Amino acid sequence: MKYDIVLAGVGGQGILTIAYLLDNAAVKQGLRFKQSEVHGMAQRGGAVYSHMRLSDETVISDLIPQGQADMILGVEPLEIQRYLHYLGPEGVVVTNNQPFVNIPNYPPEEEVIGALLRLGNTALIDAKRIAQASKSPRSQNVAMIGAATPFLPFEVKDFEPIIREVFAAKGDSVISANLEVLSNSYHEGLFYKTLREMDVPNELVYGLVGKIEVGTFEPNLAKAFGETLIGAPDKCREVLSSIDGEIPGDRSLLDKLSA
Amino acid sequence: MNDQMLLLGDEAVALAALHAGISGAYAYPGTPSTELFEFIDSRKEEYSVHARWSANEKVAYEEALGVSYAGKRSIVSMKHVGLNVAADPFMNSGVTGVNGGMVVFVADDPGMHSSQNEQDSRYLASFCLIPCLEPANQQEAYDMTHQAFEMSEELGLPVMLRFVTRLAHSRSGVSVEERKPQRPLNKVPRGGQFTLLPSNARVQYEKLTEKQPDLLALSESSQYNELVAGTARSATGVITSGIAYNYFMEAVGGRPRMPYLRISQYPIPISKVRQLVESVSEVLIIEEGYPFVEQALRGIVGVHGRKIRGKLDGFLPRTGELDPAIVANALGSQPEVSWKPTIDPLPNRPPALCPGCPHTDTFKALNDALSGYDQPTVTSDIGCYTLGFYPPLEAIETCVDMGASISMASGASNAGLFPVVCALGDSTFAHSGMTGLLTAVQDDDNMVVIIMDNGTVAMTGTQQTMATGGRLEEIVKGLGVHPDHIRVINPLSKHHEENVKVIKEEVEHRGLSVVISRRPCIQIRKQA
Repeated sequence: MKYDIVLAGVGGQGILTIAYLLDNAAVKQGLRFKQSEVHGMAQRGGAVYSHMRLSDETVISDLIPQGQADMILGVEPLEIQRYLHYLGPEGVVVTNNQPFVNIPNYPPEEEVIGALLRLGNTALIDAKRIAQASKSPRSQNVAMIGAATPFLPFEVKDFEPIIREVFAAKGDSVISANLEVLSNSYHEGLFYKTLREMDVPNELVYGLVGKIEVGTFEPNLAKAFGETLIGAPDKCREVLSSIDGEIPGDRSLLDKLSA
Repeated sequence: MNDQMLLLGDEAVALAALHAGISGAYAYPGTPSTELFEFIDSRKEEYSVHARWSANEKVAYEEALGVSYAGKRSIVSMKHVGLNVAADPFMNSGVTGVNGGMVVFVADDPGMHSSQNEQDSRYLASFCLIPCLEPANQQEAYDMTHQAFEMSEELGLPVMLRFVTRLAHSRSGVSVEERKPQRPLNKVPRGGQFTLLPSNARVQYEKLTEKQPDLLALSESSQYNELVAGTARSATGVITSGIAYNYFMEAVGGRPRMPYLRISQYPIPISKVRQLVESVSEVLIIEEGYPFVEQALRGIVGVHGRKIRGKLDGFLPRTGELDPAIVANALGSQPEVSWKPTIDPLPNRPPALCPGCPHTDTFKALNDALSGYDQPTVTSDIGCYTLGFYPPLEAIETCVDMGASISMASGASNAGLFPVVCALGDSTFAHSGMTGLLTAVQDDDNMVVIIMDNGTVAMTGTQQTMATGGRLEEIVKGLGVHPDHIRVINPLSKHHEENVKVIKEEVEHRGLSVVISRRPCIQIRKQA
């Protein structure tokens, strides 16, 4: 088993915390790993990345060879583009959809999101929304770990003790907020993954996920949602665009889509 | 695996140094070396180690040498260009030799992630005639540090540990050894060893050259200089070293069929190199940094009947960092790329000053103060504020080495340029700016020195600085700057007009002025 991840983001977004959580989860699993990161000048708002290599055998190179990564995990959507040449043919992209605009020539947001949706092997998650739902706006990086977990050789429970440890100094309320973010984002990621595995068009999955309230994703309904979207995509698009704000991802939404 | 510790390359060396029983650790922050000292610093009580940030690398080196002089073990750590600052004691410590084991940790930055050049410290170890160890992974970093201390004491020489960015900032599991006790005080007996008067230095230099065969013998027998016969007939052999070995092994799937020599301990093991070269008709040299081994092999007349490939014939890129793809290419296997960027052109995202950074307000005031002059000159230095080069500020025009802002401004002013302003941070000032300012005072050079006092070494992660606040004014005064021309401003947009006025007044003053622009780094604010 080997699993190579490129972490992508902007200096200051907490990439190194994600790397730390993944490292420790790897160690707890008894996996071998190497994780290379960027310190120094680039951390001042520049493009930053980390290469994370997990394996049950000795990892040799600290850097992932081009065309071999299993995942690009992004905290910022434009940054994904910088590392696509690392991604293997079957690789996936899991990324935050929230642009971090600190350069004058940042492309229009629709273009950035559209380009990623068209790639196909992508899951775009609104980490800001998930973090805010738990009143923990700084937890977007934890949200990305949770959303990526269904794709990773880890389970949510692998991260829980590490989160308790990392945030121990900040008190119980910070810990429980982060655990909630982890759990909510995991369910959202799992829902996304299930629908994409059914070949529901990416833009449709993205549209639906964005309409469902954080914390209300029901794993046992995912298949039914997928079938409904495949069955009548145009109608679902119409229904989704008529929904104002967000609503629970329960059976009543399913009924609305399939009515 | 669970009993292993998760460590950055830098931290693996730090922990090994603690376990090897160091009594002192000294450093000046510099990417990618900073984390070594930070790791030791955070455990200094537990290990009863004297650890502190020094004003600069030269000071750090001399402090470490003093610990060694007293018979105890020490480590000094710096980035590659830091060794230039410490070059004086470094070169002479080869001649004096050491007493307690002393390890010189130098982290090179190929690719210039955070540096002005990509100089290769192996040349400096060779220049100083001391051994150099070059680990390829975190475990070797730990193990070789232990070895370096032993070797340092056996040979009576400082030993260099050469790192590169990718190892410094890569994390992996490391198995550790038992902690050793510190050495007792055991001062060098009085005599000529450390008093490099010519008469003593000649004796010492003779001793140093006499040790060279021992250094070579250690390299030849080192387990880390591994000559491996090929498993298949191959016209090509490979010589590789340091982190480049990892990329080589990755490219051949961990099972090289051609013969190869891996060098991790210098001086270059000559007979092992000869053995490899004799067995093949072509040698490919893969090393991170300058073509150090390759140049030695080529010499001036080359190796008769052998083709040598590497960075000097353009087979591998001469500049920048190696990576698995570059090395795989050199070995004839083209990595397959499945995905390409779908946004074209993809905008770059260079580093920038943080929102709310005091430097931004200082530069804005400076730009406005100089807007009425035809050809203002603004020299600067190394720190976050160097980012003031980029648009929209475009406030500075030089960054050469720590402290050069002041001395270059003196020279530029002496040459006849006006107005001349230099801008540097408080930590850079403490590192190498004070001597330049003391010199500028002599002729009352017509220039303005802006010291941006943010109270920290910001770029490397907010380490402690020593010439800040009221102390900074005292230093500037003590160096001889006239008190009327030491001005303090607060770089906030609400004080902009006032700050522009102060800078303008001092530009118009015919002589030396210092403007201290003081506001704490926004990163320290966040931490607090």
